[in-house]
Order: sequence, then structure tokens, then C-alpha cells
Amino acid sequence: MSKTNRKVQLTISKTFVYALLAIASFLAIFPFYWMFVMATNNNSAINKVPPAIIPGAELVTNFSNVINTIDFFGAIWNSVIVATLATLGVLFLCSLAGFAFAKLDFKGKNILFVAILVTMMIPPQLGLIPQYIIITKLGWLNDLKAIIVPGLIDAFGIFWMRQYISSNVPDELVDAARIDGCSTFRVYWNITVPIIIPAFATLAIIKFMYIWNDFLWPLVVLRDQASFTIQVALRGLIDNYVRDNGMILSGTFWATVPLIIVFLLLNKLFISSLTEGAVKS
Amino acid sequence: MAQIQVEKQLPPRKSSLSQKTKNAINGYLYISPFFLLFAVFGLFPILFSFYLGFQKWNGLGEMEYVGFQNFKLILEDPLFWKALGNTMIMWVLGTLPQLLIGIILAYALNSALIKLKSFFRISVFMPYVTSTVAVAIVFGIMFNSQEFGLFNAILGNFGIDPVSWSTSEWGVKMAISTMVFWRWVGYNTIIYLAGLQAIPNELYEAAVIDGATTRQKIQYITIPMLRPIIIFTVFTSTIGALQLFTEPLIFIGRTYRQEGITVVLYLYREAFANQAFGPASATAIILFLIIIVISSINVLVANRIAR
Repeated sequence: MSKTNRKVQLTISKTFVYALLAIASFLAIFPFYWMFVMATNNNSAINKVPPAIIPGAELVTNFSNVINTIDFFGAIWNSVIVATLATLGVLFLCSLAGFAFAKLDFKGKNILFVAILVTMMIPPQLGLIPQYIIITKLGWLNDLKAIIVPGLIDAFGIFWMRQYISSNVPDELVDAARIDGCSTFRVYWNITVPIIIPAFATLAIIKFMYIWNDFLWPLVVLRDQASFTIQVALRGLIDNYVRDNGMILSGTFWATVPLIIVFLLLNKLFISSLTEGAVKS
Repeated sequence: MAQIQVEKQLPPRKSSLSQKTKNAINGYLYISPFFLLFAVFGLFPILFSFYLGFQKWNGLGEMEYVGFQNFKLILEDPLFWKALGNTMIMWVLGTLPQLLIGIILAYALNSALIKLKSFFRISVFMPYVTSTVAVAIVFGIMFNSQEFGLFNAILGNFGIDPVSWSTSEWGVKMAISTMVFWRWVGYNTIIYLAGLQAIPNELYEAAVIDGATTRQKIQYITIPMLRPIIIFTVFTSTIGALQLFTEPLIFIGRTYRQEGITVVLYLYREAFANQAFGPASATAIILFLIIIVISSINVLVANRIAR
């Protein structure tokens, strides 16, 4: 093979790679752009052939229609509350349990840990109906507790924390703290917690996104407008007889933007958290 | 209690023994929230599902034991088989292209000398951060059956008549599979990319010295080294596909049209539209068994390939 021949071949394959990635990026980003276009156009611009593909002037009108149809900000607030509290609770409970599994000795430890891992294999729909009945009996229907409290169960979180604490918190440090008279809880709180901040960040992103985007469970236990999370509220937009697509996509767009902004700001952390966490389990 | 008293009588051994006991008590204490919560909101509901599967109950009145009647009812319902068939078809349509294209994109992203790498990474991953509900709403409108729907307008440019995406047998499945594909392909790309980056460069260099072509490098180095990750993604996307719910619910709405109904949507309809908690629980049990069977096949095949 001559040198120029090789060079030509390399340029072709490089062009091909760029073209492929450019198309993929375009297809990934385009729906966001299109959502924005629809969110700024009125129905007659949307429902004509060919449909609008550049932003229009109806940004404010469409969004005020959203506010008149659903309690948009109330639902966002509910989602923030639910996702934040469930995440904080999971960070505390999972790191505490992970610490116990990694650094404390007690009978049946290994079997209990395996039992936790086994619960990860069970499809969530299996217990759906009795869970709904329990929530009804507790009087938690239409109550955000119905999302937060069951949301505190996180087998993956315990697994993740145990692995991280085992490999990042040295036994010598724990022993030294003990000799200095630290109680077990202080070994957790003052020694372990500061070391495992990166594990907190990963778990927080996974959990927050999961609760924020969850749909089936909130749909089942939140029946009243005032208790809707944003995902359930968005469904209210398409449930009307008259479908105003500009309004529907305005609500969807503004509900999507906050998480996308956070993602763009913390993209490295997001991508590594959401993928590494998955692969390692 | 008794133990603590014994410790008090033996001062020299007190500290070491009590420390050990304290550790154990703390250990149980620290892991107890999970087990308490799981008992109430996890284990009990699962056991109760198995009980409910054999009862007739509308959620309010008395329960009545009916034996295998609920299972018979479900298994004789053509709509259940339709839902199962739809789920399987959309599993293949949504998952297979997703994994194939994920590998290709990861390979492209991993090739040397690519500029804008982080831009490409961020953009392909962005759909995953979007909620399933939002994805289903956006694509639901793109797949509008009228001629002004985005996909129909594009087809119209090529002189193709509008497709009734929301009512035709394959239109519904294509639309829903596209939603699944769009949201997950970038996620799998990044997972494959991580796998590719873990392959030592020396392997490729050695292959080049031996005169290997690009195709041979992919076939004999890349694919075998990626195998565990491929198995992982097949496994997770299969389980995800069997639980497909949000996309069809948003796309076909409360009509539960038979072209797009899935097993979980069928379960949801039995429980919360028909108040038939017995048959709904029977459906949940059947779905659980299907997931077990398919997961076992997955594991068996994976073990076979791994050798």
C-alpha cells in the first residue's frame, strides 16, 4: 500500500466518522429544538403543510395556556420536594447501611447483604396493587409521602455505598478513630462521610433523576391535581378533547429545561454517574 | 440484658467484648431501616400479590377465593396475548437497533483524532436526561397521523401518503419503538464507549503489526472484549422493554388500543380501569414468571457465549 493511498483512506474514514457523529448529534438534539419551535407557534402554524420549523411569537401565550390548564409551578414544586427528600433520605440511609456492611461485624452480615441484592431482581410491578392498597389504608393517597417513603428503599444505593466505603475508607483509620474514643456513629459521621462525598454525588444524581422522571407509581397514588408531580401533570395537558399542540409542547419544553440545564452544567458528573453506576452493579 | 450484666461482672474483658457487641447492635440498627421499609412496601405487597391472584376482589367488598380462575381468565383473553405479542415485537424493534447503533456510535466516538468529542458525547446522552413522559408527548405529536405531522410531512416530501401512526398495527409499534430508541441509544453508546476505552491499546498495535484489517480488529479484539458489557446492556434493555408502560399509555391514551397495548398497560387497565384486582395480580405474576424465564435464557446464553 502506498503512502498517499493510505492517507486518502484515512481521510475518507475520518469524514465518515464525523458525518456519522454529526447526524447522530443532530437527531439527538433536534426534538429539543422542535419542542421549542412548537412551544412558540400557534396551532394554525403547527397544523399546516409543511409545518413550522422556525420559532414563532407565541411563547408567552402558549405558556399562559399551560398555566390555565394545569398547576404547572405547583407540580414542579411537588416534584422538587419529592425528589429532594427521597434523595436526602436515601443518601443517609444507604451510606449508613453501606458503612455497616463494610466496616462492622455482625452475624448473618453476608446473607443479609445478598438478600438486599436479590430484591433488586424483582420487577416493581409485581407488588404494585397491594402497594396501592397499603397507601390507601395508610391514608396517603394524594399525599407526597406515598412517593417519598417507599422511595427510601434503595438496594442499589446500599450496594454502591458498601463497595465505595470498602475500597476508600481504610480500616486503619476506623481503628485509629476507635482508639481515640470515637463512638461507632461518630466513625460514620466524622470519618466516613467526608471521604465518600463522590459516592454521594453519584447516588444523588441517579436517585434524583429516577424520582423526578418516575411516572407509573405517582400516576397510581396521586389522583388529585394539587398533589401531582410534573410528570403526572404533563399528562393532563394531552387529556383534553381539544388538542392544542403549541400549549402541550410549551408545558413539556419548560418541564424538561431545568434538568437539561443542570445536566449541561454538570455533564461529566452526570454521564459518569448514570453509566458507571449501572455497569458496576 | 443478661449479657450486659455478665460483662459487668468481668471487668478485664469488658471493653473488648462490649465493643464487639456494640458493633453488632449498631450494625443491625444501621441496616434495619431498609428491612423495615422493604417489609412493608416490598415484601408484603409481593406476597399479597400472590394471594390476590387467587381471589376475586374489586378493592372494596369481600374477597372470594376462586382458585386458578383469574389465570384462566387472563390466558383465555385474546387481548392479553395481543399485549404480550406487542411487548415482544416492540422489545425487538426498540432494543436491537438501539444496541447495534450504540456500538457503532461508540466505535466512532472512540476513534483517535476526533475533535468535539465531548460535544458529541453530551448531545447523544441528552435524550436520556429527558423524562419518558416528555419523550412520549413530543414523539406522539411528531407521529401525528394527519399530513401535517412531522414524520408524515417528511414522508410527503418523498411522495409517500400519510401513515396513520396512532391507529395502524405497525404504525403504533414503530412510533413507540422510536421513542424507546431515541431515549436509550445514547445511554448505551456511552456504556459501550467506556467498555471500548478499557481495551488496552497494545492489543490493537499488536494486531496492526500482524497485518490485521479494521474489520478483523473489530471481529477479533473489540467484540470479544466488549462481550460482558454487551450482555449487560441486552439484559437491562430486555427487562426494561418487558415493563414498557409510559410510552404506550401517553401515545394511545385511555383507549388502550389493541395495536399498542403492552403487558404492564394491560395490568394497569385491569386494576385501575376495571377494578379487577384479582386478574390484575394474576397478570403481575405471569409477567414476573416471563421475566424470570427470559432472564434465565439470557444468563444461559451469556454463559454459553462466554466460554
